[in-house]
Amino acid sequence: MKFLIYRYDPESDKKPFMQTFELHSKDVQPGMMLRDALLKIKSRDETLAFRHSCGEGVCGSDAININGKNGLGCLTALSSLKEPIEVRPVPGMPIIRDLVVDMSQFFHHYRAVKPWLIVHDSEPEVEYLQSPEDRDKLDGLYECILCGCCSTACPSFWWNPDKFRGPAALLQSYRFLADSRDQATEERLEDLDGPYRMFRCHTIMNCTNVCPKGLNPSAAINNIKKLMVKDMV
Amino acid sequence: MSMDLPRRQFDTLVIGAGGGGLRAALQLAQADANVAVVSKVFPTRSHTVAAQGGINAALANVLPDNWHWHMYDTIKGSDYLGDQDAIEYMCRAASHLVVELEHAGVPFSRLDNGKIYQRPFGGQSQNFGGEQAARTCAAADRTGHVILHTLYQQNIRAKTHFFDEYFAIDLIRDDNGFILGVLVLEIETGEPLLIEAKTTLLATGGAGQLFRTNTNAHINTGDGLAMALRAGIPLQDMEFFQFHPTGVAGRGMLITEGARGEGGYLINKDGERFMERYAPHAKDLASRDVVSRAIFTEVKEGRGCGPDADYVLLKLDHLGKEVLDKRLPGICETSRTFLHIEPAEEPIPVYPTAHYTMGGIPTNRFGQVVVPVEQGEECIPGLYAVGECACVSVHGANRLGGNSLLDIVVFGRAAGNDIIQFLKNNRYHRKIDENSVQAALDHLHRWDKKDEGESVAGIRTDLQAVMEEYCGVFRTEEILKQGLEKVLEIEKRMEHVRLKDHSKIFNTARIEALEVENLLDLAVATVTSALARQESRGAHSRIDYPDRNDKQWLKHSLFFKEGRRLDYKPVTLQPLSVETFPPKPRVY
Repeated sequence: MKFLIYRYDPESDKKPFMQTFELHSKDVQPGMMLRDALLKIKSRDETLAFRHSCGEGVCGSDAININGKNGLGCLTALSSLKEPIEVRPVPGMPIIRDLVVDMSQFFHHYRAVKPWLIVHDSEPEVEYLQSPEDRDKLDGLYECILCGCCSTACPSFWWNPDKFRGPAALLQSYRFLADSRDQATEERLEDLDGPYRMFRCHTIMNCTNVCPKGLNPSAAINNIKKLMVKDMV
Repeated sequence: MSMDLPRRQFDTLVIGAGGGGLRAALQLAQADANVAVVSKVFPTRSHTVAAQGGINAALANVLPDNWHWHMYDTIKGSDYLGDQDAIEYMCRAASHLVVELEHAGVPFSRLDNGKIYQRPFGGQSQNFGGEQAARTCAAADRTGHVILHTLYQQNIRAKTHFFDEYFAIDLIRDDNGFILGVLVLEIETGEPLLIEAKTTLLATGGAGQLFRTNTNAHINTGDGLAMALRAGIPLQDMEFFQFHPTGVAGRGMLITEGARGEGGYLINKDGERFMERYAPHAKDLASRDVVSRAIFTEVKEGRGCGPDADYVLLKLDHLGKEVLDKRLPGICETSRTFLHIEPAEEPIPVYPTAHYTMGGIPTNRFGQVVVPVEQGEECIPGLYAVGECACVSVHGANRLGGNSLLDIVVFGRAAGNDIIQFLKNNRYHRKIDENSVQAALDHLHRWDKKDEGESVAGIRTDLQAVMEEYCGVFRTEEILKQGLEKVLEIEKRMEHVRLKDHSKIFNTARIEALEVENLLDLAVATVTSALARQESRGAHSRIDYPDRNDKQWLKHSLFFKEGRRLDYKPVTLQPLSVETFPPKPRVY
């Protein structure tokens, strides 16, 4: 099995290059994921740098660009990929080394949407009550693992990485807007107003197409827009 | 030279950004302490994120319950090795802390009346050993994920200072025994940094990577435990390592105990619900050690499933698609992705899989690290530990499912509170011990050697294979002795390991080398402690000593790195306010 992997170590390489690696068919077991293959390659060439950890799609470390599409190495079956398998860092981010990118801007936008529950009433001694129907509204939102596949697949985020919040942060924002316990709807909507923070979204839908958790940031953004209209009326 | 080293000062330092570290940091930030959190990964990558089933608290939202019953179950689950003062403290605090998490935003699943959803879990009972209880508060099967993300979010709000992707090398300790901070390595630049702090809290998680097949993330290499060992601090009860009954066979992904809590059960190749033979009352919801041994025995006696008869099946289809989608969506996704199995139609192949480090850095219920002295024990000034890397001990010889998420928030908060007191009494930074800094730098620079040698990856693979084969579910003197020899051989090989990658920039090979060093220390601690304990208790099953021996072994082991020395200390049988639960035969 043939791999083409993006390599760049700013300490020793003048510019990035694609390196070819081959895995012998005996090294490729059925059911193997791309992360397993990268680990095999790394055990031969320890200089290959990439992030990974849980191996089951919950920690969000190993977002990479696989044959042109963002995804998690640990959830991408080798059998689903056309050879040679081209592995690059997720696009649009500053590259630190090989497949490792600088995610600072991504997390800056996450923090900027105030991703925490805001309640102005005094706290009861017991839990806030929430009906199962209201709790259902958080499904498809709370599961986000902050891998960054969506935002780094979004052309609007590439063009305005400093101003556009990006799909991941906007999904987070809607996760709190949709929470029946949260009391900061107006504040959150106001924060997202203006031409850039949310309205740079042009419904290209790359975010939804690449989300490895099957979430739909595009729909979340649309729901925020609906709330804004409602808020204006 | 250590004098050129960049230095930063904080009041208080937390190593590790899982639930324990973040809960402590939150307590400290809210008390206006100047707190820094060091994590080798971005905080939400920490392994708390992978906890599935839930967090125990006697809220009694579904069935009658109270903290005293929870306390009993935890002590029985621990096979009486748990310290009853710490267990009482944890179980009493549980309800309050779960409500606090809910107020902080955790999206728990809900009951029709709007209260937090609770499910039955293993080892839980009403009324001190009576009917099954339902004590585990859950957000579907992603409870760790929601707790970790919520705690991170609250820390951003409280303006905790984060050092993301910094690797902790060693504790800095002076001749008076005070812990003064930690030498860390910025992974992106490869530059060391000395962080001085009046207190250091270790919250670095467990060491599941000791074993080849495990439910743990790649990062779970017990770094804090090994740092403590190198600083001369013993590790407690390392022989007790939990094997989770239901890891995906051969692969290791966790299938939550909640799957059995929701009504799933295990079958062997004859379709027999075999847990009825091993635990007639609790059946599939017996303690984890009991279920793991049962599965191991079924397979060993030829009743395993599959072409090689090497696993059993977890049957869930009878629960129906609706319940599975609602309550167990995560494990359904895992089954589909990794096994191409639809749990609503087909059972999942499972096998006991290395899961949780019950042992750890000895602490009291305030999170203070304690070590034995001639009479009793004393605190290491400035050093705290919580969560899986600590041994309070609330889990004793076997942890109950749902108690680890509880452990991290209860003792994270308790340690935070005690640190606040410590800071009031210790207003100024003590003078840094430069020898200790130099020793830590030497440790790091050992990896700059450029001659030929073996690779780190080979050491890791061999170590994991040895631990799995020689220190697994069932143990004997003979096997453990061989295991120790093999681990020590690997330790010798380690001296000749060299890196090929000497780049400063995001050098993951160097990080893995440091991690494997840590794992090696812990393997020696684990096998040595296991070899010495001549009884069977909780997760430590000795075929040659099949019974629990309270007369000789109702005590905690303490392993010291120097000379591989073992010491022992008594179990605290006296709770805080209620009567002792005296050891009695443990039947489920």
